Amino acid sequence: MGALELLFSASLWAAAIRIASPLIFATLGELISERAGVLNLGIEGIMTVGAFAGWFTVYQGGDLWLGVLVAALAGSAFGLLHAILVVPLGLSQHVTGIGITLFAASLTYYTYRLAFPEVTSPPKIEPFQPWAVPILSDIPFFGEALFRQTPLTYLAFIAAGLVGWFLYRTPAGLAVRTAGENPAAVEAQGIDVTKVRILAVVAGSALMGIGGAFLTLSAFNSFYFEMVNGRGWIAIALVVFGSWRPGKALLGALLFAAFDAYQLRLQQLAGAFVPYQIFLMLPYALSILALIIMSRRASYPRALMIPYRKGER
Amino acid sequence: MRLEPREKPSLLITFAYPALAILAVFVFAGFLVSLSGANPFSVFGLVLKGAAGSQFALFETLTRATPLIFTGLAAAVAFRAKLWNIGAEAQLYMGAVATVVFGTGMLPLPSPVLIPILLIVATLAGALTLLGPAFLKVRFGVDEVVTTLLLNFIVILFVSLLLEGPLKDPMGMGWPQTKKVIAEAQLPKLIQGKRLHFGFILALIAAVAVWIINTRTALGYEMKAVGFNPRASRFAGMKVDRVMLKTALLSGGLAGLAGLSEVSGLKGNLTLDLSPGFGYAGIVVAMLALLHPLGVVAAAIFVAGIFVGADAMSRAAQVPSYIAQVMVASALLAMVTAVMFTRYRLRWK
Repeated sequence: MGALELLFSASLWAAAIRIASPLIFATLGELISERAGVLNLGIEGIMTVGAFAGWFTVYQGGDLWLGVLVAALAGSAFGLLHAILVVPLGLSQHVTGIGITLFAASLTYYTYRLAFPEVTSPPKIEPFQPWAVPILSDIPFFGEALFRQTPLTYLAFIAAGLVGWFLYRTPAGLAVRTAGENPAAVEAQGIDVTKVRILAVVAGSALMGIGGAFLTLSAFNSFYFEMVNGRGWIAIALVVFGSWRPGKALLGALLFAAFDAYQLRLQQLAGAFVPYQIFLMLPYALSILALIIMSRRASYPRALMIPYRKGER
Repeated sequence: MRLEPREKPSLLITFAYPALAILAVFVFAGFLVSLSGANPFSVFGLVLKGAAGSQFALFETLTRATPLIFTGLAAAVAFRAKLWNIGAEAQLYMGAVATVVFGTGMLPLPSPVLIPILLIVATLAGALTLLGPAFLKVRFGVDEVVTTLLLNFIVILFVSLLLEGPLKDPMGMGWPQTKKVIAEAQLPKLIQGKRLHFGFILALIAAVAVWIINTRTALGYEMKAVGFNPRASRFAGMKVDRVMLKTALLSGGLAGLAGLSEVSGLKGNLTLDLSPGFGYAGIVVAMLALLHPLGVVAAAIFVAGIFVGADAMSRAAQVPSYIAQVMVASALLAMVTAVMFTRYRLRWK
């Protein structure tokens, strides 16, 4: 198959949607948090926690969906820690976020080693199987690309819709958006900015946890060290790329994943001539490029990274 | 609940709160250790013994502290100007690459000439690695946190490419590693037969140099002002963008030196496991030191002690050595919280 024909193969797009799924969860999670005015650099560590917690629950005999729930709860616990430190206490969101990532990841690795002191090959679980949507999966091309995915992938798309609806169609979503733009206006409505921001970070972190769990419960079937591999940082870039809007962020994640799926296949095609590291670099380089292109037009939430103190201006 | 600035923090609070933070870290780590079934006190005893219990242990801790002083200074310099350089890992590796490119025989020069050349190229390599993200920040407003983080991944892959391609040691039995640097490119050992090398002295010199820059030069003042309030600095006539770029060069250069010091002083060649996260640990070191360059030396030795001690401990007791990473990360969170409380008090009302 030639490089161009690849673009029109349904399996490429099926893979793209698979690759996009954890990024969609993570990007939505970061987006909610940033819309409320809080940068969450704990994302990489929170995804690691989610990946492990979800997998370990299933490994212990839990149901796959219970694993997803535990991953969300574990993610939100670390999100709560981040939120407490940066919202009411007003600590630097950069330093605290990096600290949360280091803390969450190292705690995960410690727990893993406690549970499995001497395993050479990581223990496996039975992950989510693809579920073909009746009728729709029979459509040529689109059926294979879109409707023969695992349940968590469908959930990712549903989550994107729900987050969009929440942010733009509900009073609570308005409060979240305003907390990130003009917190004093939220206060004037008699709503506690601190509470809104903490809840946004916690909810966002739950999504990040699920994004991590996608890796162990759907994409692979065991937990590996360093398995999140920068996906959290890429999600942060995708939030900027998507101008802090769920729809655009979803599109960004899909574009990014399509590119990633394409390079993986191209690698098999051109692997003999180009070192494989070049291909592996592309997703990160692409993220940086996307940041450069979009940042000129970026409209950051105006109160992003600015702690809110009652009565202070 | 709200925070109220303390008019004048008492000396007691200034010292007691950070001490409490470190204590809290040990209590938390003790709890984690007890989960493994081991006795926390004997485990911490083993950590202490492994870090400082013998002459060998002490030298080992100082050896491990050397790259951490460099990366800690890199973070401290950058953070003071609110340039969020999370890419010291990448800058370290680029410094190491420069060291092996010029130090493995390309320049057959005597030590007194070659080593200064290597110092310069490693500094430049690290500095230029950070210059890119810093330029994107000042020119296009691209957030440097994300770009420096992503660069870490790109640079590691780039090094991997070099180790399997142009820089691969033909005598390396197929391992992805470079040739050893020539004898003239090696930093001398401080004591015959020990691993502690001249890089430690270089790190101390760097710390003093940064301290002098911070306190005695216009650039040091400008970096602080820009970090404190970029708008006011611009209003006061400072070229804020230029100060940012200079900060980036200084910070990246310091991290690059960590790469040189590890290659020329300790390992002899470049492999993919040259740095077990020294770049990230440098952030913790800088924060524990409250960004003070001389404090960085003390904090680096403390953090190195935990790592070295935990390695020794996990060989003796059945406690995963990852406890060291947990302690270091929780020390970061506990310390920034404690420092905040020395400046503010909590008011419930």
